[in-house]
Amino acid sequence: MAMKQLSGAEESHSLSRPPSSVDILFDKSFRALTCTFTWATILLLAFIVYKIGRQAIPAVSTYGLGFLTSTTWDVNAHEFGILPEIWGTLYSSFLALFLGGFFGITIAIFLTQDFLPHKLEMILKNIIELLAAIPSVVYGLWGIYVLIPLIRPVADLLHDNLGWIPFFSTSLSGPGMFPAVLVLSIMILPTVAAISQDAFRAIPHKTKEAAFGMGTTRWEAILRVMLPTASGGIFGALVLGFGRALGETMALAMLVGNANEISLSLFAPANTLAALLALNFPEAGELEASVLMYAACVLLLITLLVNIAGAAIISRTGSGGKK
Amino acid sequence: MLMEAQSQQQATKTHQYDAADVVLDCQAKQIFYSDFLAVRDSHVPIVKNKITGFIGPSGCGKSTVLKSINRMNDLIRGFRFEGNVHFHGMDIYDKKVDPVSVRRNIGMVFQQPNPFSMSIYENVAFGLRLNRYKGDMDEKVEKALRGAALWDEVKNKLKNNGLSLSGGQQQRLCIARAIATEPQVLLMDEPCSALDPIATRQIEELMVQLKERFTVAIVTHNMQQAQRVADQTAFFAVDISRGGRTGYLVEMAPTAELFSNPQEELTKEYLHGEFS
Ligand SMILES: Nc1ncnc2c1ncn2[C@@H]1O[C@H](COP(=O)(O)OP(=O)(O)OP(=O)(O)O)[C@@H](O)[C@H]1O
Ligand SMILES: [Mg+2]
Repeated sequence: MAMKQLSGAEESHSLSRPPSSVDILFDKSFRALTCTFTWATILLLAFIVYKIGRQAIPAVSTYGLGFLTSTTWDVNAHEFGILPEIWGTLYSSFLALFLGGFFGITIAIFLTQDFLPHKLEMILKNIIELLAAIPSVVYGLWGIYVLIPLIRPVADLLHDNLGWIPFFSTSLSGPGMFPAVLVLSIMILPTVAAISQDAFRAIPHKTKEAAFGMGTTRWEAILRVMLPTASGGIFGALVLGFGRALGETMALAMLVGNANEISLSLFAPANTLAALLALNFPEAGELEASVLMYAACVLLLITLLVNIAGAAIISRTGSGGKK
Repeated sequence: MLMEAQSQQQATKTHQYDAADVVLDCQAKQIFYSDFLAVRDSHVPIVKNKITGFIGPSGCGKSTVLKSINRMNDLIRGFRFEGNVHFHGMDIYDKKVDPVSVRRNIGMVFQQPNPFSMSIYENVAFGLRLNRYKGDMDEKVEKALRGAALWDEVKNKLKNNGLSLSGGQQQRLCIARAIATEPQVLLMDEPCSALDPIATRQIEELMVQLKERFTVAIVTHNMQQAQRVADQTAFFAVDISRGGRTGYLVEMAPTAELFSNPQEELTKEYLHGEFS
């Protein structure tokens, strides 16, 4: 299907020429190539979901939706339920999002709003991004050998004096929700900080001028103008950070305590879906493997829902003047 | 309305302003961006309840001088202002003066429209909220939007994002935002460059109305506009004699006088080029 070209360049003295047939061929093959890769990725995703889903079928038909609300996990009695893990996943991720999000956004503000000379801003930005390069197993080890001994006195103090508050109602016996959440926050912090910084840097200088021109103080400019303007990007950063927290496995498997319990207490051991999968796969029999696939589907569904909700909220609040 | 402006121009011609009428006295000895000398030796007195026009070729430092008047340039790294700007008997470049309060009293409309990424209503209410205004917000917002000749176009979509408007509408939104708090002095940097002739006339009428209560300084490339609205006109030019490109004030006079009988050769040439 040859495209009709405007001819006439020969007669005129214009320097513009229609694209040559080689240009057009290159254009078309490039388009075909990108199209193929896009579809291949989508197919791969579908294939993964399909495989996991199929292997989960025996467990789904045996345990049904009761699987989601039951709290027992007894391999010998063939009784399985993942409510504590769903709780642990969401609870740890929300707490980490709260902590990591707060510090991530604060850091982004500090590194983009002219508090520091430009060079220093860039140096600090890179150092913070290095946090993302630390392997999660190293975080886990650091949590066990450094963090837990470090926070134990604080945890004891809180439990002894403020034990009536549900969050402090048990004592820290070692691994547990609190160290897991702390490490998780550190792990999502670089993501949140980096993407929020991008959002702040994307604000044009004239917007800042407008804010100061109205007579804002520096903090008023940040809180009333810069933060709302960057909110779309910041929200995206939080969703990504939350997604990362939900799926984080190794560090949590090492730090969360792997206890099949539901507790509000920060010091109680708990479990998460990802940690459950990682720790039970090696010795799983046929039925248990299917059960774990079912749990994997649930985890997948949760992350999917979070991402869809995030995308929906972002498109509705609309960063910039799309609407 | 325009007749009124012209008759006032006639009036200023006969009596020269005295010091008491000058609300803002800008004496810029040297203005630097890092080590680049952008403007030198420019004394621009801005008379109360009058419109002062800034004209001159591109790059001669009109925006630089205008932004120096409310310390907007403090945001730019490497910016340095030598001289002083007297406002209500104090120098706004004095160490003790808070630039924030200067900017609250001396509002600004920028060369590029720069509405906030928030609703049209919130854009206009921004300054009112900032100044903790307690009265009827809706009324003030409507009044400011009417003043900026934008009300009819946006009254049914006040909740839409300000950035969803067209360029010219955005500029009028910025004007509405600036006049909502009724600053004593309003600085406008080419406020009409993105507007069609009708909106331009409306903004000009607004300026003429505003000067009854406030003071206005406006940068414009439109000589007709300067003649239509400005009571005083300051002509700037670029001096390339010393190797740099330094802007300076060539002359300043009541508008009619400057246009009909310029004293300086440069002014003559510039105006001549404009009108031939
Ligand atoms: N932020 C800045 N940093 C460095 N130099 C600047 C900056 N802003 C302006 N300048 C320089 O200062 C000089 C005066 O610029 P200015 O914007 O004041 O000109 P202008 O008279 O407003 O021009 P125009 O009519 O095109 O708006 C120019 O040479 C310009 O390159
Ligand atoms: Mg300019």
